[in-house]
Amino acid sequence: MSAPTLDRPTDEAALQQQFDATIAADRRIEPRDWMPEGYRKTLVRQIAQHAHSEIIGMQPEGDWLLAAPSLRRKAILLAKVQDEAGHGMYLYSAAETLGADRADLTDKLIESKQKYSSIFNYPTLTYADVGVIGWLVDGAAICNQVPLCRSSYGPYARAMIRICKEESFHQRQGYELLMTMMSGTPAQRAMVQDAVDRWWWPSLMMFGPPDDDSPNSAQSMAWGIKRHSNDELRQRYVDMSVPQAQFLGVTLPDPDLHFDEETGHWRFGAIDWDEFKRVVSGNGPANAERIRRRRAARDDNAWVTEAATAYAAKHAGAAVGSAA
Amino acid sequence: MPHEETVYDALDHAHGGEGHWAFGTGFDEPLAGVDTTVPDGVDPADLGAYCLMLGDDALVLAQRLTQWITAAPELEEEVAIGNTALDLLGQARLLLARAGSVGVLGRSRERATDSIPDEDALAYFRDADEFCNTGLVEAENGDFGQTVVRLLVASTVRLAVFARLRESRDPVLAAIAAKGVNELAYHRDHAARWVLRLGDGTAESHRRAQDGVDAVWPLLADVLTATDVERRLVAAGVAVDPADVREEVRDVLTTVLERATLRVPGWPADTPPRGRAGKHGPELTALLETLQGLARQHPAATW
Repeated sequence: MSAPTLDRPTDEAALQQQFDATIAADRRIEPRDWMPEGYRKTLVRQIAQHAHSEIIGMQPEGDWLLAAPSLRRKAILLAKVQDEAGHGMYLYSAAETLGADRADLTDKLIESKQKYSSIFNYPTLTYADVGVIGWLVDGAAICNQVPLCRSSYGPYARAMIRICKEESFHQRQGYELLMTMMSGTPAQRAMVQDAVDRWWWPSLMMFGPPDDDSPNSAQSMAWGIKRHSNDELRQRYVDMSVPQAQFLGVTLPDPDLHFDEETGHWRFGAIDWDEFKRVVSGNGPANAERIRRRRAARDDNAWVTEAATAYAAKHAGAAVGSAA
Repeated sequence: MPHEETVYDALDHAHGGEGHWAFGTGFDEPLAGVDTTVPDGVDPADLGAYCLMLGDDALVLAQRLTQWITAAPELEEEVAIGNTALDLLGQARLLLARAGSVGVLGRSRERATDSIPDEDALAYFRDADEFCNTGLVEAENGDFGQTVVRLLVASTVRLAVFARLRESRDPVLAAIAAKGVNELAYHRDHAARWVLRLGDGTAESHRRAQDGVDAVWPLLADVLTATDVERRLVAAGVAVDPADVREEVRDVLTTVLERATLRVPGWPADTPPRGRAGKHGPELTALLETLQGLARQHPAATW
């Protein structure tokens, strides 16, 4: 309701100009700054999808928490899954700076109106999957997310710096588990290879559709929300992962994978985009279970949330009274 | 930009020293560097058995709490429950390692290969009849209300015991207790806050919290009765007599329940120790099947 200040233009064209100048100078947009509605919506969609991925991503690994084969591994995994809950919280908070509401975003996830990373719709069949998720899935996530530390939206960029540091720690722990298993029994080595066979291709799909089929990419790049194209990041990930696979002693399940001397890149075979579309559109092996469990956490505990709200309301007056 | 380059560089090579990862993994052997000499006049078998009692309580409760992960009411609660479970798991590891260090391994070594550390031999290769946790921690979680009531009761008892155990003549137990007291104070506080919110929240939450209290209270029957092992160790200045914490526990629980507008049930009559003597319900067998299954399928594997 306050009067507009002199250095803050009020007409849309001038606001747009100021916004464009901030983006062009590679400076950050902050929550109180004016922003185009499309920019805000794109960010809410992307940050919410990212937050949902962290929360749904707790499930595939969480399935091994009770059965982890040593107390040390149990502690590592518990700390990791706890970090993912923390990442979800920062990200929902970043979305809330754009006017979104966590409970509403959660409802949209449960009603399948918003997406999460399709990688989490694959099941974790053995304990090697825990290691491979750390190595490949977190590795791909880091490739995607490191550039977001420079995203034009301040709260998102700052959240990503912290998240990337923790993801890097998780990736190391996953790789260390696989190294240990590869120097273990033949059954353990077979488990690792089998997990790599199942997760390699889905991890390549984590970068999204190819550039010529990625409708939102150009605008996101122009707004400084996205910094590199899907295919660029995918190539970077493959180049990084191949030597790691060689060192580990596993075979990546791609007969077309070869080193291209001319470009210095590892070239890989064709990705099955039909499978990607099937899983993204809700028909992956575990989509229904992921959403069912998230819904149960909300619905079965609704009485707890209601109680906390009622208690806070009852005692809010008392707190104010005692403070006065 | 510099940050981006650093993180990429960090991930670019699979080998070549520590520099390529952002952080170390930082998990050491639990009792590395600690003097584990048994104090004069203490029977190592008793000391190990006592460590198993306290360690199994922590391990089993950690496993119960972990069942809430991905099913908790709020994300904040996922983090808090995860934290509590991690603390208890840490206490369990130290206590089981201490039991192993004085040679108390039960029948576990008949099954676990030498490459498996003592803490895992004890956690994964004993059967239910060798576990000495109390019935309080092995009971099913029930709903969130019953879960927080059980956590309140268990952490109140354990905090009172650990506070006294800081004076133990066994330096390892004293050190474990000194670290654990801070953790348990947080667990008790967190659980108490939930009991207040639920007891004094809505009609439904009040009913559920009261049901939780009524379900948990009978489990106190054998929690505060000492075993022969504890009596001998109390005399040797190593252990805490659980009967000594009764008044404190009763006072704390009564205060919290009354503030939460909940009815305090009558204290159950003391019974001879059951859980501490290896007598358990089918709940523990089921819990151990999940906990131990994978490790037992691969007894020669290291993880």
